[in-house]
Amino acid sequence: MAKPKLAVYWAASCGGCDIAILDIENKILDVADFFDLVFWPCAADFKYKDVEAMEDNSITLTLFNGAIRNDENYEIAKLLRKKSVVLCAFGSCASEGCIPGLANMFDKQGIIDYAYKQSPSTVNPDGITPQTKVKVPEGEITIPAMWNTVWTLPQTVDVDYIVPGCPPQSNQIAAVVEAVIDILKNGKELPPKGTVLGASEKTCCDECPRERNVKKIRKFVRPQEIKIDSKICLMEQGLICCGPATRAGCGAKCVTAGIPCRGCYGLPAHVRDAGAKMISAVASVIDATDPEEIQRIVDTIPDPMGTFYRFSMAESMLRRKQTT
Amino acid sequence: MSKKITIKIDGKPVEVEAGSYLLAAIESLGIEVPAACRYPFLPPRPVCKLCSVEVSLSGGEAKIVESCSYECVEGMDVRTNTPAVLEARKKALANMVNRCAENNLLKDIAGQMGIADEIKFGKELCTCIYCKLCIRVCDELVGANALSFKKGKVKEEEGESTPIVLDESKCILCGACAEVCPTNHLRIEEEHDRKLVHHDMELGPNSAISLSFRQAVPNVPRIHAEDCIHFRLGGCRVCSEVCPKDCIHYDDQDVIEEFEVGTIITATGFQDFDPTPMKQYGYGKLPNVISALEFEKMNNAASPTNGRIVLEDGTEPRAIAILHCIGSRDENYHPYCSRVCCMYAAKFAHLVKEKTTAEVYQCYIDMRCFGKGYEEFYKRILDEGVTVIRGKAAEVIPARYHREEEGKLLVCVEDTLISKFREIPVDMVVLCTALEAHDNASEFGRKLNISTGADGWFIEAHPKLGPVSTTTDGVFLAGVCQSPKDIPDTVAQAGAAAAQAMKLMNVGEVQMDGAYAEIHQEFCSGCKICNGLCPYNAITFEEDKKVSYVNPALCKACGTCVAACPSGAIEARHFTDEQIYAQIEGILS
Repeated sequence: MAKPKLAVYWAASCGGCDIAILDIENKILDVADFFDLVFWPCAADFKYKDVEAMEDNSITLTLFNGAIRNDENYEIAKLLRKKSVVLCAFGSCASEGCIPGLANMFDKQGIIDYAYKQSPSTVNPDGITPQTKVKVPEGEITIPAMWNTVWTLPQTVDVDYIVPGCPPQSNQIAAVVEAVIDILKNGKELPPKGTVLGASEKTCCDECPRERNVKKIRKFVRPQEIKIDSKICLMEQGLICCGPATRAGCGAKCVTAGIPCRGCYGLPAHVRDAGAKMISAVASVIDATDPEEIQRIVDTIPDPMGTFYRFSMAESMLRRKQTT
Repeated sequence: MSKKITIKIDGKPVEVEAGSYLLAAIESLGIEVPAACRYPFLPPRPVCKLCSVEVSLSGGEAKIVESCSYECVEGMDVRTNTPAVLEARKKALANMVNRCAENNLLKDIAGQMGIADEIKFGKELCTCIYCKLCIRVCDELVGANALSFKKGKVKEEEGESTPIVLDESKCILCGACAEVCPTNHLRIEEEHDRKLVHHDMELGPNSAISLSFRQAVPNVPRIHAEDCIHFRLGGCRVCSEVCPKDCIHYDDQDVIEEFEVGTIITATGFQDFDPTPMKQYGYGKLPNVISALEFEKMNNAASPTNGRIVLEDGTEPRAIAILHCIGSRDENYHPYCSRVCCMYAAKFAHLVKEKTTAEVYQCYIDMRCFGKGYEEFYKRILDEGVTVIRGKAAEVIPARYHREEEGKLLVCVEDTLISKFREIPVDMVVLCTALEAHDNASEFGRKLNISTGADGWFIEAHPKLGPVSTTTDGVFLAGVCQSPKDIPDTVAQAGAAAAQAMKLMNVGEVQMDGAYAEIHQEFCSGCKICNGLCPYNAITFEEDKKVSYVNPALCKACGTCVAACPSGAIEARHFTDEQIYAQIEGILS
């Protein structure tokens, strides 16, 4: 019997998810042993035409990381969807937009202008900006066009499962891989479509070892501004910890180490917009009734969009900033 | 039981308790014994010696003793009327009379002894008879030790008027010395010449142990610890000695009792607006500018004036101004109408007309006589000759134009009906002060989970359809705590509140609304963000499961926790996110 085929792809991402897959230690040998690796640009040399040549639904499992923000991302997403039985949005970028998704706070021209002309570290006296076409002696070559909006994988193609995390934790990847092997080996039934794999139904607080009390906040602070108590809930100390509105599964590593949760494990099971939920929760625990005092406290929230929508901007109900 | 013994007094055998004082036995036979140094709450001490009698023990020689402090002994023979006794008493009286000015006490005693013509008072100006009662009561009963006798002679030529020296640093102004002084030599006098201080009037007695007022319920006295000698210095205890029922317990403490109840009627009333900050009316500064409640107190038959309307100097006023809307209908204080003032002001005017011949001026913004019979009452006071001026009084100032106006007040007011500015000279000004919510109303409301409006009054469930119920089931409102209202309205609302409470109690169980917040505990991670938010205290944290729980019986489905729950674990039943999204999507499609 032929081995099940595995594909791993990166679209708009940092590569961390690929590293995380490699980081599952000796389990990677099981992967190599069980699967026939057919496509993994980060780890091995395959060409798009190899994939194009495959029959439809010939890839058993595709782990797709990275957001969709240019023609190439979208083409390959469509291609892999067609060729895969199971397409899995792997990691935060693919499932909810992640850091690339914050580009939705701006438009394409604004981003190009800032990155190539306005940023303090840019030296570009000729005002050169990226082009999709360029003439070279051999003829005209093209590169994929960047989109105005960053999309998530489920927003562009039909996705079967989601593995959250920035990146997904190695132990969770290992568990997912084990489960998939188990299912395929023993002919078990796949989980229902849309299931979030490698995470729990509760939130980060469920895994957080810190002591929690009723929260009353009079000032928000950044981690470097205070001496963080190692036992008490970070939010009670004035740090904006997105743990309450973030799915559990990571093992609460950041909060255990004393750094507030940034929300990389994505939406909890019953939340549509994690940023809005977090804003609502934070607003509820501000300990003041005077409007001016409330405004003063709210003003101490550092970078609200980057804090509350750091990972979920592209997926959120906001999706992007309106541009004229 | 102490031993009974028999003694003989003027030949009559009398059975007495061994060790008791002789004087009581003598008086029990109806024999009068003069005395000038006795006070029932101090142990007897032979100072005046007027109570001298002749005693012979077991047939021995007769001797003169002071009966007040001489203990009875078996078989003693007592004579109260021998020449020797009379001689001893005369001598004792002469001793006192020689050292003091003429006074009724010693004159009466001399008369009682039949020697009124024989006594001759000294040249001194003071009536102190050196009975020492004042010093003893201060030392032994009060414990202040503030009084003593002057050493040496009283130098009247140098202006000294008394042999009693007062250590002002120790005196607590209890007045006990003045109370016991038999010749009224010692007195407590106020330094000002005001006959009456309207602001300090009390209904009924104002001693340290007294009824709050005569009609108080329960009608029992209470101790005002801040005035009570016992609580200030630890002595006295006279009230417990005289109480025949042993009702006075000094070590009683305030006790907080807890009751479990199913319904609560809130009837906490109001507090009177303090007009002192409205300096233009001179309250607290000008005499005879008084608040409506002070005027009401003075009119009470149990007041210090026995219900008479008088000025501070004790005379009857000839003109009174009643100023409406002090603190009410005033953007600077309370924008609302206090509703009761117009009618009590009319009643005041009627009382003044009934009790005195004074002119009455009412300065009003609008005369709001809205209730049954109210307009008729207003007509009646107009017929009684009350002058009503449409215009809010601007100022009350002392009248100083003429000498004869000394002590009078000028009320400055614009009469808006004739467009004239008027200055009305009056003797007394009554300020119709606003009813205002208690300072701690919102704090109290939080305990009951009911809210207060901007004015501080408790908010009813619905202004028209739920005027006695609140947003918290089982908590009802009655009276002014909800908003200013007069007695008929308060009685009506109280009846309605009682009926609502009875209705619940009768059924014995409550029906719940189907809409309430529910925590899906399988999704709750116990972040406790919702725990401090519930205005109805419906959320508790279950320590064993480390998740929160909403008590559906307390939940009012306000949705605060639903919005706050960052994990989406709290669902507002019948107002779920899915329903709302579907509605939005429906509208947008």
